[in-house]
Amino acid sequence: MKALLKRAGLQGRSVVAAVPYLWLLLFFLIPFVIVLKISFSSSLIAMPPYEPLLHWTGEKVLQIKLNLGNFAFLVEDNLYWKAYLNSIWVASVSTFFCLLLGYPIAYAIARSNPSARNILMLLIVLPFWTSFLLRVYAWIGILKNNGLLNNFLIWIGAIDQPIQMLQTDFAVYVGIVYSYLPFMILPLYANLEKMDLTLLEAAADLGCKPWQGFLKVTLPLSLPGVRAGCLLVFIPAVGEFVIPSLLGDPGMLMIGKVLWTEFFNNRDWPVASAVAIVLLLFLVIPMMYFQRAQDAEAGGVHR
Amino acid sequence: MATSPRATQQKFEPWTDPDAKPYVRIEKVTKKFGDFFAVDDVSLSIYKKEIFCLLGASGCGKTTLLRMLAGFERPTSGKIFIDGVDMTSIPPYERPVNMMFQSYAIFPHMTVEQNVAFGLKQERLQKDEIESRVNDMLNLVKLGQFAKRKPHQLSGGQRQRVALARSLVKKPKLLLLDEPLAALDKKLREHTQFELINIKETLGVTFVVVTHDQEEAMTLSTRIGLMNHGEIVQVGTPSEIYEYPSSRFVSEFIGSVNMFEGRLVEDEPSYVRIGCDDLEAPIYVDHGVSSAPGATIWAAIRPEKITISREKPDATDNWTAAVVQDIAYMGDMSIYLLRLDSGKVVRVTQPNIYRHADDRITWDERVFLQWYPESPVVVTK
Ligand SMILES: Nc1ncnc2c1ncn2[C@@H]1O[C@H](COP(=O)(O)OP(=O)(O)O)[C@@H](O)[C@H]1O
Ligand SMILES: [Mg+2]
Repeated sequence: MKALLKRAGLQGRSVVAAVPYLWLLLFFLIPFVIVLKISFSSSLIAMPPYEPLLHWTGEKVLQIKLNLGNFAFLVEDNLYWKAYLNSIWVASVSTFFCLLLGYPIAYAIARSNPSARNILMLLIVLPFWTSFLLRVYAWIGILKNNGLLNNFLIWIGAIDQPIQMLQTDFAVYVGIVYSYLPFMILPLYANLEKMDLTLLEAAADLGCKPWQGFLKVTLPLSLPGVRAGCLLVFIPAVGEFVIPSLLGDPGMLMIGKVLWTEFFNNRDWPVASAVAIVLLLFLVIPMMYFQRAQDAEAGGVHR
Repeated sequence: MATSPRATQQKFEPWTDPDAKPYVRIEKVTKKFGDFFAVDDVSLSIYKKEIFCLLGASGCGKTTLLRMLAGFERPTSGKIFIDGVDMTSIPPYERPVNMMFQSYAIFPHMTVEQNVAFGLKQERLQKDEIESRVNDMLNLVKLGQFAKRKPHQLSGGQRQRVALARSLVKKPKLLLLDEPLAALDKKLREHTQFELINIKETLGVTFVVVTHDQEEAMTLSTRIGLMNHGEIVQVGTPSEIYEYPSSRFVSEFIGSVNMFEGRLVEDEPSYVRIGCDDLEAPIYVDHGVSSAPGATIWAAIRPEKITISREKPDATDNWTAAVVQDIAYMGDMSIYLLRLDSGKVVRVTQPNIYRHADDRITWDERVFLQWYPESPVVVTK
């Protein structure tokens, strides 16, 4: 067997190195190409509900029909633009609050007693043991007009009429921040925990008060963790569908909801695919740009 | 400057002057971690422009003592004065002290230049003053051309010099170095030792250096404080520690030594005779010893202070017979391992004065060992 592989020019190491590529090819590139293909076709009432791109006319002619109309449609109808911008806005605000909450939590855990750290991290990931959907549903019970939060506020006398919280943007932010907070904490914790604490002593030795040491040493050294955490929260939050559907105002424009409507209510697969492709471009291009900048900075003279 | 650093160092002995004021005073300092005494009732006086070495085996509390000087650890009890000011509860960022860490602790996200400028920026100095001081310091440690590099692009020796430059640029009165040369190879280490002595002379800094390397302590320091299990066991110049160790531990820690156990057979104020079961003749020492009669004492004799000969000495004291068991030729000298009749093995070193020595003493020969009455050091503990 080994000899056979060798003859094929495959060695153990290269096989192992190929696994992630194979994974990406199978579960990312091929689906992407399929979606891309659909986005250039026209919608049909059939199964599948779109025209094939390639058409064999039977006269030795292969017809390729590229329909750019789906993309043109996205530009013409400002519903889509608004949905994109609103999604990015909601995701940005949520990411900001995740960072605001997640950094102190990750910091506190990373600086706590080593024996307590694992238990605290376990508590952070514990919610994952319950279904995501159930946890979002639970927030309905908390936020609705006669829900836990309103009843509590009335009970302590802070308000005498329930506040409308469910089906507002506020509820969506609460839901997203709550759901994605662990994704912010995990990379931040990993980064802060491995930091060499003698660096802070060195800073103190050179005249830094503790807060100055934090700003000049801990914070800049934790930026890779901040970046990773923000991407892990921002990217899924942009396309989020479940949370705005369950907690948000039904009229709230979110690109994930638009996508869902196109696919399942309108059965317009080509337009839905175009929406998905544009969303992907929106996310991938800035990310690649950031990655470049970061690599250039880290590399320095080294390269 | 015609005088070499070593020459000026010889006349520098402020600790012998009763009027000199110590720059650093450590008073009965104890540090406990739980029930464990990391530093146990240490008192020390360190004078301006000294290079004071804290020497001891790994885990004896050197770093802990140094960290208390820097302010990273609070003493459990006792006080620390620097320049007459009680520093015991002053935080590190307010002490006139800089420390070079064993791990260097260079900021990985800053260039060499930014690392060195860090402490000066903290002092809010003028921009051009910072720039010129950083440049001068980088030139002093010969890192000028690496100013724009990041730490991960430097070798171990270069990083060590960045760490040194970063602590020196603040012109501290007291510089604390924790095993500063441990990560360097032998040649670089010797070079840097000399450089440190130079820096001390040009900048007038007082150094406290932690090391577990006795050779480093011997070449570098004005005085050595030898530590064991959190206590200071002896303080003295390198030659005092080597020639007049106060205990068996000290004499065995510094250099190699032959230890003979015995008891006093003649106890006079001007001389003593020590009977020792391993030796054929008693040990005669030309000074008095204070010890309880009949108590066990030890005579320590350094390997270079014993001579080997073929003729039986006709003295009544200070000799014994032995058989050559092993010889190691080291070039400048040879190390002989000799077995006494009792089975005890004695180590002797002899300089190789002659180039060809056909009748050099060789394996399995029966020879006689001799030493002078002033050679043994008698210790009672
Ligand atoms: N923060 C600490 N907590 C508990 N024990 C410590 C701590 N720091 C040092 N020790 C213990 O104190 C002893 C002395 O340590 P240290 O001063 O680092 O020794 P050295 O520098 O001489 O090798 C060691 O046994 C070490 O385990
Ligand atoms: Mg140490």
